[in-house]
Amino acid sequence: MNLTLKVWRQKNEKDKGAFVTYQVDGISHEMSFLEMFDVLNERLIQKNEEPIAFDHDCREGICGMCSMFINGRAHGPWTRTTVCQLHMRAFKDGETIVIEPWRAKGFPVLKDLMVDRSAFDRIIAAGGFVSVNTGNPQDANCLPVPKHDADESFSAASCIGCGACVASCKNSSAMLFVAAKVSQLALLPQGQVERKQRALSMVAQMDAEGFGNCTNTGSCEAECPKGVSLTHIARLNREYLMANIAE
Amino acid sequence: MNLEQFINSSLGRKTVMAATGLFLCVFLVEHLYGNLLLFFNDGGVAFVQYSHDAVHSIIIRSIEVFLFVAILLHIVQATYLTRQNNNARPVKYAVYKVGETSNWFSRNMGITGSLIFFFIVVHLWQFFLPYRITGEIGGEGQMNVAQAVKLAFQNGWYVSLYVVSVAILSFHLNHGFQSAFRSLGLNSRKHAQLLSLAGSFFAFIIVGVGFASFPILFYFGIAGSTI
Ligand code: SF4
Ligand code: FES
Repeated sequence: MNLTLKVWRQKNEKDKGAFVTYQVDGISHEMSFLEMFDVLNERLIQKNEEPIAFDHDCREGICGMCSMFINGRAHGPWTRTTVCQLHMRAFKDGETIVIEPWRAKGFPVLKDLMVDRSAFDRIIAAGGFVSVNTGNPQDANCLPVPKHDADESFSAASCIGCGACVASCKNSSAMLFVAAKVSQLALLPQGQVERKQRALSMVAQMDAEGFGNCTNTGSCEAECPKGVSLTHIARLNREYLMANIAE
Repeated sequence: MNLEQFINSSLGRKTVMAATGLFLCVFLVEHLYGNLLLFFNDGGVAFVQYSHDAVHSIIIRSIEVFLFVAILLHIVQATYLTRQNNNARPVKYAVYKVGETSNWFSRNMGITGSLIFFFIVVHLWQFFLPYRITGEIGGEGQMNVAQAVKLAFQNGWYVSLYVVSVAILSFHLNHGFQSAFRSLGLNSRKHAQLLSLAGSFFAFIIVGVGFASFPILFYFGIAGSTI
């Protein structure tokens, strides 16, 4: 396939940045989107040009690092897909593809397509953990957890912290991410001790990081590679309201 | 309860939006009930009596204060949240296909809300002000409220504005109703679909068809012949 790429290039945080157009030919439709970038970067290096910086790690859809806004969509046109799992067959030969970094005040651009997502780490550090040492796994039926709670918790825990929810939301809201992290622990016995403080601290940190406010448009849910549901946002609201009442 | 922390947080503000929004929905139902009295073939007696009772009921008068406070709070919070949301993305996307992942009305509650506010002002100007303040409706030797409604609905422009505004309100509520339940935390996976169906029913059938029926039926002379 031959493609025209319009890629956001930005030297550092301070630089204003601009789109640069690249013609890439000889791309196989079996390649992943990131492999296509590897090919392009190889060619740039051979020409003594600066390769394009982009985040990636596992390349199997589980780490959440790969973050690109492709043709107006977080992680490109496929749903429930990370960029590493997006394949070139999603595009047509001769197509022009526009690639931008995640855009949000809470995610400043570091270089090219790389953004600083440490705001998420700080939100987790504010309360997304269990302080008590719960030891080794318990015997299977020692600590009964209702099936429904276990399933809900697991669906929340599938969040990989990629930030597509923020990137796709018209308000750059981080509610889906925070909701997933709060829900995951609020539904399990281990999470009960710090349950209230967790909701309060994580929401306070989310607000301090400059993310916008949820208006329930549902873009986050539609773009989330793990299908984290808006239901968790309802639970976050409930947890936060209850924690405030109890305080 | 730590009210200050709550009210100043993103989630607290959303709670205020939701609670005031739902309160206004309750008012709409009350308003609709009052309007339905216009369909009685009694020369408007029931409607006039109802309006009269409402003005002289201390309970209704107190609720009215809450109503204006709710509208104000809803607008103030919406403005604040919208400003924050606009600031949350300083550099915009060059290509942003947000329309593929969410619908237009859910993203533009500010626009539909502003249009509804404009209509509320016109509506109050048309009925509330002359009836309650200046006495041009319902006063000595003046026409009564039912006659005022009939007269207003003979004006094609006003009828069109009314119908279009009700349609906009329906779309606003279609998103707002189920959204409010989520903001209040009263929405679970089990009930999400039911709530959104109930929201659409409320928005389009109860409010939409309900309120739009008055100007249309009056304009075409199907209702109000005895008034
Ligand atoms: S909720 Fe989904 S989109 Fe948001 S960070 Fe987690 S996995 Fe990514
Ligand atoms: S590189 Fe790990 S999810 Fe894409």
